[in-house]
Amino acid sequence: MSVLVNKDSKIIVQGFTGNEGTFHAKQMIEYGSNVVGGVTPGKGGSTHLDRPVFNTVAEAVEKVDADTTIIFVPPRFAADAIMEAVDAGIKIVVAITEGIPVQDMLKVDSFMKDKDSTLIGPNCPGVITPGEAKLGIMPGFIHRKGSIGIVSRSGTLTYEAVDQVTRAGMGQSTCIGIGGDPVPGTTTLDAVKMLMEDPETEGIIMIGEIGGTMEAEAAKWIKENGTKPVVGYIAGQTAPAGRTMGHAGAIIGGKEDTAEAKNKILAENGISVVISPAEIGKRMYELLH
Amino acid sequence: MNLHEYQAKGILSSFGVPIQRGYMATTVDEAVENAKKLIEETGTKFIIVKAQIHAGGRGKGGGVKLAKNLEEVREHASNILGMMLVTPQTPGGLKGKGKLVRKILIAEDVYVPEFDQCKEFYVSILMDRQKRMNAVIYSTEGGMNIEDVAEKTPHLVHKEHVDPALGFQEFQARKIAFNLGLSGTAFKNMYKFIKNLYNAYVSSDASLIEINPVIKTGDDRIIAVDAKVSIEDNSLYRHKDYAEMRDEFEEDPTEVEAKKVDLNYVKLDGNVGCMVNGAGLAMATMDLIKQSGGSPANFLDVGGTADAERVEKGFRIILSDPNVKAILVNIFGGIVRADRVAQGVIDAYNNIGEIKVPIIVRLRGTNAEEAKDIIEKSGLKVHSAIEFQEAADLITQVLS
Repeated sequence: MSVLVNKDSKIIVQGFTGNEGTFHAKQMIEYGSNVVGGVTPGKGGSTHLDRPVFNTVAEAVEKVDADTTIIFVPPRFAADAIMEAVDAGIKIVVAITEGIPVQDMLKVDSFMKDKDSTLIGPNCPGVITPGEAKLGIMPGFIHRKGSIGIVSRSGTLTYEAVDQVTRAGMGQSTCIGIGGDPVPGTTTLDAVKMLMEDPETEGIIMIGEIGGTMEAEAAKWIKENGTKPVVGYIAGQTAPAGRTMGHAGAIIGGKEDTAEAKNKILAENGISVVISPAEIGKRMYELLH
Repeated sequence: MNLHEYQAKGILSSFGVPIQRGYMATTVDEAVENAKKLIEETGTKFIIVKAQIHAGGRGKGGGVKLAKNLEEVREHASNILGMMLVTPQTPGGLKGKGKLVRKILIAEDVYVPEFDQCKEFYVSILMDRQKRMNAVIYSTEGGMNIEDVAEKTPHLVHKEHVDPALGFQEFQARKIAFNLGLSGTAFKNMYKFIKNLYNAYVSSDASLIEINPVIKTGDDRIIAVDAKVSIEDNSLYRHKDYAEMRDEFEEDPTEVEAKKVDLNYVKLDGNVGCMVNGAGLAMATMDLIKQSGGSPANFLDVGGTADAERVEKGFRIILSDPNVKAILVNIFGGIVRADRVAQGVIDAYNNIGEIKVPIIVRLRGTNAEEAKDIIEKSGLKVHSAIEFQEAADLITQVLS
C-alpha cells in the first residue's frame, strides 16, 4: 500500500527540459521512481534523459499512460500547467513551483472541484514513499521504509522530522509535503485522512506552522475519527503578527493563526504536541513503544 | 507589498471607485500649493492634512489634522512632515519611537454639506483561507476598529463570499447595499462602489483592500475616505506599475538590504541571530532559540544553495544588528552537501575577519560528520553540532 505514489506510478515531469526539471528528474530516476517521460511545449518528439518528451500532457497520457505528474514550471505558467494535467486526466499532480499568485490558485481550486485528481502543493517538496518512489525534491537517502506517515507544510523541516524518525530506528510509509501556500491543493486534513486509512502507517507526524486553520480542522477530525497516534508540532512560536515568514501562508492574521492557539487546539483534541522541534522523532517513538 | 493611502486611492480611482480627492506632498510649500489647487478643483471648504506612513491609527497619534484655511494647512504640514508618528501599529507600538513622516496627503473634506448628515461604513475584501474564496466584509459601524466591532457586536459585521468560478454577482452588490441600510441614490451609488471595489481587488491582485470609513455624504454620494491596499508580492510580475510604488523607506533598512541580495529576512528584537535553509526549519530554529533561553534576532532563510557567498551575506546582515549576542547556523544539507556548507561558513568567516560573537553551526544531511570535522579543525571560534538539541544546549551555554 502506501499513499499517493508507489513503484507503479507512471510519472511525467512538466518543465522536463528546464534546469530544475532536469536536475530533479535525474535524482528521481536515480532513486528508482518510474519516470516515463516529460512535457515541454515545443520540444515534443525529442528525447531527454533517455525518455520521451511530449508537447502536451494529454499526449503523454495517451502515449505512455502517465497517471502522475510533477511540475517545475515557473510561477506565471504553473497554474495553467496544473489545469492542463488535471484536464488530461492525471490522477496525482505535484506542484513544486513557489510563487503562484493566490487568485490563480483560487481558479485552479475551483477548476478541480468536480475532477478526479489530487493536487499536492504548490510550493512544496513533494511526496515520497521510501523504497518505492520519490516524487519531489527531497534528499532520498535520509528516508527509510517504515510505518510513520508525515504530513508537513515545510520542506527542510520535513527532512528534519524524517531524519529524526529514521535515527530513532523507525522509517516512513509516505511523507507528504503539502506546501507553504495559503491555498494548498491537499490540506493537512486531506493528508491525515489518507495516512489514517493506509494500513502501512502506524503513527502520524503532523507538522504545521502559523497561519490558517488547517491544523485545527485536522485535529478536530482526528478526535472523532483517529485510530493511530499523532504527534503534532507547530513552527513559529516566536513569529510576530502580520509578517510573512518565508512561506506565503505563514502569516499571523488573527488570534487562531498563532502557534500557541494551534497547540492548544491540537492538545485538546488528543494530539501529542511537542513544543521543541528537536523532540518530534523521540515523541513518535515513545508513543509506539 | 503595502502601499500608502495616496497610492491605494490612485489604484482604486483607476477602477472607478470614488475616493476622497487629494495630492501628495513632501514639503510644506508643496502642501500649500496642492491645497490651493485642490480648492480650485473641488471647491472644498476645508483641507485634511494626512500623514502617509504604512501604519493605521494615524489620527489618534496626531497624524491627521483638519485645516480651515491655507495658513492652517501650512501649520499642520510643517508639524506633521518630519514628525515621528507613534500609533498602536508602528514598530514597538505606543511605546516605540514611531515612524518618520516623509509624505503627507492634502485631501478634500468630504463630510458635506454638514458633518452630521454623513454616515460612515466599513468595507474590506480579502481571501478567506478556510473557505478558499474571496470575501467582502462590511459593517454599518464605520470609522472604528473592526476587530472591536466584531468582538462586541458580531451581528453588525457581515461577510459575503464570492465563488471563484463565477466571480462577484450583481445580487451580492445589491445585498450589501441593502444590508448597509441604504435606499434611493445612495443605494445605487453603493452598489456601483462595491462592484468597482471588487473589480479593483481582483484586477490588481490585492491581498487586502480595506476602506474604513466609506461614507455616504449628505448628498448621497459614496466615497472612500481612507484606503488600505496590499498587493500580493507573487503577482507583481504582472503589475510592474504597482511594483514601482514600493516605498523602501517604510521598511526596515536591513530587510531592504537583504532583499537586494535575495535573502528572505525579517528583523526581530531578540539576541540570537539565525541563518537557516528553508522557512519552516527557520521558524523551528527560532522556536528552539527561545526554548534555550535566548530570543531570536531575526528570521533568515538562505534558500537552497547555502554557498560561501550567500552565507557571507547572511552573516553580514545578521551582524549589522547590535543586539546579536550569538549566531546559530542551521542547515539541513539535502542535495547540498553539508561539508561544502561547512567550508562556506569558514570562508565567509575568514572573509569578514574577526566575528566577535560566538557562532554555532549545526549541519545535518549528506556528509554531516565530515562537516563537523572541517569546522572543528578550522581553529575558528565556531561551535559545531549535529543534533538539533545539541545546538540548543550550545545556545544556552554561550548565552550564560
